[in-house]
Amino acid sequence: MTVGASVTPELADYDEAVASYDPVLGLEVHVELGTLSKMFCGCATAFGAELNTQVCPTCLGLPGSLPVLNQQAVESTIRVGLALGCDIAAWCRFARKNYFYPDMPKNFQISQYDEPLCTDGHLDVDVLTPAGTTTVRVEIERVHMEEDTGKSLHVGGATGRIHGADYSLVDYNRAGIPLIEIVTKPIEGTGRLAPELARAYVTTLREVMRNLDVSDVRMEQGSLRCDANVSLRRSPSDPLGTRSETKNVNSLRSVERAVRHEIRRQAALLDAGGRVVQETRHWHEDTGSTTSGRSKEQAEDYRYFPEPDLVPVAPVADWVERLRSELPAPASVRRRELQARWGMSDPEMQTLVNAGAVDLVGDTVGAGAAVDAARKWWLGELARHANERGTDLSALPITPAQVARLVQLVEDGTLNDQLARQVIEGVLAGEGEPDQVVERRGLAVVSDDAALTAAVDEALAADPEVAEKIRGGKVAAAGAIVGAVMRATRGQADAGRVRELVLERCT
Amino acid sequence: MTDLTRLTAADTAAALTSGDVSAAEVTEAHLARIRAVDGAVHAFLHVDAEGAVDAARRIDARRAAGEDLGPLAGVPIAVKDVIATEGMPTTCGSRILEGWVPPYDATVTRRLKDAGLVVLGKTNMDEFAMGSSTEHSAFGPTHNPWDLERIPGGSGGGSAAAVAAFEAPLAVGTDTGGSIRQPAAVTGTVGAKPTYGGVSRYGLVALASSLDQAGPCARTVLDAALLHAVIAGHDPLDSTSVDAPVADVVAAARQADVAGVRVGVVKQLGGEGYQPGVEQRFREAVSILEELGASVVEVDCPAFDYALPAYYLILPSECSSNLARFDAMRYGLRAGDDGGGSAEDVMAVSRDAGFGPEAKRRIMLGTYALSSGYYDAYYGQAQKVRTLIVRDFAAAFERADVLVSPTAPTTAFRIGERIDDPLAMYLADLCTIPSNLAGNASMSVPVGVAPEDGLPVGLQVIAPPMADDRLYRVGAALEGALADRWGHLLIDQAPELPTTGGAQ
Ligand SMILES: [Zn+2]
Repeated sequence: MTVGASVTPELADYDEAVASYDPVLGLEVHVELGTLSKMFCGCATAFGAELNTQVCPTCLGLPGSLPVLNQQAVESTIRVGLALGCDIAAWCRFARKNYFYPDMPKNFQISQYDEPLCTDGHLDVDVLTPAGTTTVRVEIERVHMEEDTGKSLHVGGATGRIHGADYSLVDYNRAGIPLIEIVTKPIEGTGRLAPELARAYVTTLREVMRNLDVSDVRMEQGSLRCDANVSLRRSPSDPLGTRSETKNVNSLRSVERAVRHEIRRQAALLDAGGRVVQETRHWHEDTGSTTSGRSKEQAEDYRYFPEPDLVPVAPVADWVERLRSELPAPASVRRRELQARWGMSDPEMQTLVNAGAVDLVGDTVGAGAAVDAARKWWLGELARHANERGTDLSALPITPAQVARLVQLVEDGTLNDQLARQVIEGVLAGEGEPDQVVERRGLAVVSDDAALTAAVDEALAADPEVAEKIRGGKVAAAGAIVGAVMRATRGQADAGRVRELVLERCT
Repeated sequence: MTDLTRLTAADTAAALTSGDVSAAEVTEAHLARIRAVDGAVHAFLHVDAEGAVDAARRIDARRAAGEDLGPLAGVPIAVKDVIATEGMPTTCGSRILEGWVPPYDATVTRRLKDAGLVVLGKTNMDEFAMGSSTEHSAFGPTHNPWDLERIPGGSGGGSAAAVAAFEAPLAVGTDTGGSIRQPAAVTGTVGAKPTYGGVSRYGLVALASSLDQAGPCARTVLDAALLHAVIAGHDPLDSTSVDAPVADVVAAARQADVAGVRVGVVKQLGGEGYQPGVEQRFREAVSILEELGASVVEVDCPAFDYALPAYYLILPSECSSNLARFDAMRYGLRAGDDGGGSAEDVMAVSRDAGFGPEAKRRIMLGTYALSSGYYDAYYGQAQKVRTLIVRDFAAAFERADVLVSPTAPTTAFRIGERIDDPLAMYLADLCTIPSNLAGNASMSVPVGVAPEDGLPVGLQVIAPPMADDRLYRVGAALEGALADRWGHLLIDQAPELPTTGGAQ
């Protein structure tokens, strides 16, 4: 596989692009199921284990080994299907998808082809528009099961990519981890909202998975991965245009950006009289652009055929009905309950949803913080850090429990907002729990009035002019002295108390 | 003292139980025999003399300690080189797996070891079990003990020849289209393909997953039954393994009675293309069954005419996928890794260097048959034929308890005779393939030698799925009647082999 060094063509202006063309989306989302063991063997599935330690003859594809289906994976897939309103097949089979790649131990992937377990579902997605929230029903074509591949690590070269690498190593810990693939039907009629819709769809789907507790759906760890198909056509009455399939979209933010980028790229191509090539494209977070991967013009022939090593999956109707009756309340219902309990407006809640922060805030509140405080930190300082790092909130190395502790420290006066921001910095830098950061960095509000009074007196003495103004009744001038005290105490004083003391000393 | 290698497995087991001989003595006798004759026969690819003697001594020690051991404990056995054996090479007769030592045991291997059988080594085979002559082994052909210029059948020619040459009383084979039964027929031995799913495929390196089945090779029907009982039974590691009790094949072999059994002669398996001497011995054997009290009817299985073409679409299709894993990335032969090429280049060069011509032929056939646009016309049609064959069998088993046919259309052909004519080679499995496509149980029993060439002829008994006991009942009855007539087993009239001393 070579990564073509195709020149990125000029990008069309987004407004002009969506004025001239009707974008159509297709989204394929892979979710790693959180089962204890792999899809076809007993190996563990923990993330981050030492390389090639969670392997056995079966997931290494050793000669003679055979797969045995993990019932838990089937159950999880059925629950996802039911939550998405799908029909559950009474009988279906696995198929082999044949292609050669070193990260695939058998050089075929056990997947499902023309007999998926779940078909014909839908997911209602709320998108925030300038005119308010609008709900779009995304039709789901299928949900099927498959095994994950290993992971190639390319060593040497400049980019860590296969092109130019000195050699490659493969970690098979991920090989055989159960995946489900959720494929939408073409999503039409979203117009200029296509990028937002794509992001909202993945966000909502993630919420569904989390609500069912079938996966930890962490995009940054690859347990939820999205491929975005984008095509353009002149008018909604035209047949579908040629699509590109963008891979490597590893955050909610990237989903939106990648779709927007593809619309602009394809529009520029079409405007110039060119044509869109059906191909796989790779998203690059750093440059905010896509590059050409494998061309699908000479479509790879996967030579699918029914997997002869497995027996058909035939879920008994009673079982499916029991699973249906045991489904939790839908994620959207839960979200509305939370919104009511938290007393948020629609736009406020939607902002939380789009930021992927509903669960983070919920968990922070669950850990004892007030809603407003939790929301303030996640959407403010923490969102700023996530943005800087180009990741999602959930990818930040800070937990809701840690944020809740931070809120508590502010509430009890140990920290003020400025100090709290330094604590966040410390936690994100891996300096430990909030309390440890406070201690190690020596960050605590100076609440000793004697010490503060001394600092205030010193500041007043250093600036007799201002001191005189305050004494003369110009209370607004107190700000300068408060600032000086805060600087002198490296921000560790309670600004309110300092202000009181300044006024006290000047009367 | 009697030559321990001439004993049946049942007699050896009795002698071990009574303490007349030790497992170590029995094992040493067979290792000596291998050293003496295998230079000429080449049944083995690997002999583990040290491991075998150690295992035998452990069995002797356990027996001496009064442990209750299985009926075949201490009996030596040879294992086809397509079955994974922990710590012992498993090459599948291919250069591409040369030097590979599995880190695990196949379920069959595990069960042999648990039952106390002593694994002597691994037997030769056509590369990845593709062939009917063992000439497609990358490590040279095996020779038929009846005539060293002739093939011992295939793909499990090594297992059959080892048993026929008295190098082992028992062997495990695998049968995808006849690879246990056709070698049994042409070497004058007994071979059974159990019902599909009857014996675990875990650790059996797959040729065609929906057809492969491991089974026993022996010199008597009772010996085959004793081994069948050890290796059969449900295995949670194989999803296609049948979770049901195994028929009592040993009792059936001891019963050896066909009174009242309805025997169906398959109309389609005979006539043009069949050697006259094969048909003659077959007909005589059917008469004997009738004399023993069986009733004989002719059954019509019209779809069998399409069995061979269907098989040569399904098998290559599955095999092209199963053999994809041999890519030099994780184990086995690696060629062309000069640091300049991509992983794909190394895969291509290694596969070109590692696979022989027949493997390549079938990989290409299967790749083509599964290709988009051809799938329905080839693989899809072949699966329909398979369904028709299952129906033909079902109809036939309404009228008969077992079906019979010659095992192979001819006796052993000469080495080199068909090597350049794949279609002629494929015809050797004409009679055995339908059972693999339908998943039935089948067995080959020796019924004499063809008058024109003096070489062994086999009769195939076919039973419905999970009725493996019927094979043993009918096979043992026929074997007993023929032995009474001849005064010995057919294998006892095989010519003496030249001994070459330390050829191993
Ligand atoms: Zn495993």
